[in-house]
Amino acid sequence: MATIRIPTPLRKLTADQRTVRADGGTLVELVEDLERQFPGIKSRIVDGDGNVHAFVNIFVDDEDVRFLQGLRTPVGPEAEVAIIPAMAGG
Amino acid sequence: MLYPLDPIYVCERCFGPLEVVYDYEALAAQPLRSVFASGPRSIWRYEPLLPVDRIAEIDLQPGWSPLVHSQRLGRALGLRQLYIKNDSVNPTWSFKDRVVGVAIAAARRFGFEVVACASTGNLAHAVAAHAARAGLRACVFIPKGLERGKVVATAAYGPTIVEVEGNYDEVNRLCAEIAEEHRWAFVNVNLRPYYSEGGKTLGFEVAEQLGWRAPDHVVVPVASGSLLVKIHKGLQELQRTGVIPDLRTRVHGAQAAGCAPVAAAFAEGREEIHPVKPNTIARSLAIGAPADGRYVLRLARDTGGRVLAVTDEEIVEGIRLLAETEGIFTETAGGVTIGVLRALAGQDAFAPDDVVVAYVTGIGLKTLEAVETRLTPPITIRPALREFERAVLELVG
Repeated sequence: MATIRIPTPLRKLTADQRTVRADGGTLVELVEDLERQFPGIKSRIVDGDGNVHAFVNIFVDDEDVRFLQGLRTPVGPEAEVAIIPAMAGG
Repeated sequence: MLYPLDPIYVCERCFGPLEVVYDYEALAAQPLRSVFASGPRSIWRYEPLLPVDRIAEIDLQPGWSPLVHSQRLGRALGLRQLYIKNDSVNPTWSFKDRVVGVAIAAARRFGFEVVACASTGNLAHAVAAHAARAGLRACVFIPKGLERGKVVATAAYGPTIVEVEGNYDEVNRLCAEIAEEHRWAFVNVNLRPYYSEGGKTLGFEVAEQLGWRAPDHVVVPVASGSLLVKIHKGLQELQRTGVIPDLRTRVHGAQAAGCAPVAAAFAEGREEIHPVKPNTIARSLAIGAPADGRYVLRLARDTGGRVLAVTDEEIVEGIRLLAETEGIFTETAGGVTIGVLRALAGQDAFAPDDVVVAYVTGIGLKTLEAVETRLTPPITIRPALREFERAVLELVG
């Protein structure tokens, strides 16, 4: 199972858990499993067209998934996934 | 959705950025021009349009830098009213003193004891200096391999400097994660809504120095894009409060070709920014995933501006051109600005009498590596008149 780090704005949905575990061979499947465990979380991460929201960045094992395969990025069983607000830096 | 003034930076619902709003109606009823004119010669003269109050005992007095009518450079580019906003004239020699000045006041207001940042160099330098003045502990995060001048200058103030084995975007991601877990004042993460407001002062000052009018064009370097967006926000606020009569400024963005995700989107007519892995000598602009990139695109398009990129070679030429025509030695980001200014002039983006302001945001002494091998080295002679006449006279002419 992959480990997912949850940012503060989403922790109300995860009962204040900072990290959670989820199953899935790709990021899409992982998000679906998150939704099963924490209803409502998917729509905060992914928009109606199935793309990652503009203000959300997702990293799999420290790599920005925009440099990988986006939501189709494969996720290993020991992977660390971080969901991070995009509006930082500069 | 409205939030109170807290150390928060994104909307809980959509993760979108938080913007500080002011009571513009009440501000418009004040004689703002005279309020500003009676203030200190620093960013704090614009305190009514900043999100926190000045704290006199910790103020390093950033801002109120020269606006130079650049006639020699203007002649070279066919512009009669070209101005350089020389923001290398600041306490730590870059525009970052403006944003950090506001952020440190916010950090004090919120009771933080440690200030921190993700930086390409200039910000670390500014955070270290302002934190020292405020008696706060500083921990600055930089990508490994920055210019020596930036690292040594930062170290002088005694902060903890953390070199991260990665590029700026990786440093930034790490800092965003740390800010989630530790109660530190990351000026460009959890204090970003306050910090970025300091950038507006570069719009306010230019308008005031031009006699309370907005320029016809601004050319602004783009890293995260925040500065460009905030300069325009500053001009908009002046118009909204009746301080300037109108606003028709065309906003142009300047990037290095080795890190040009916004310029690429502009050229290709895209709405979305595709992040890149930076590879440029302009390390202070080397942000491959710019947070405000989409806003820069929108502003450039809405105002009739452009976002262009120049090569490393053109960056060095820009540095030299500014130094040789105006006596201002800028860092690589300034070379990008001047390179793009020249490219815009070459594309006839300006009319000859347009008021054009190019923002030079940092000093060349911090990025000597970028130019030292491309400049004419000194001539060495023995202390003899004959030697001088043989080796030097002809060269000087």
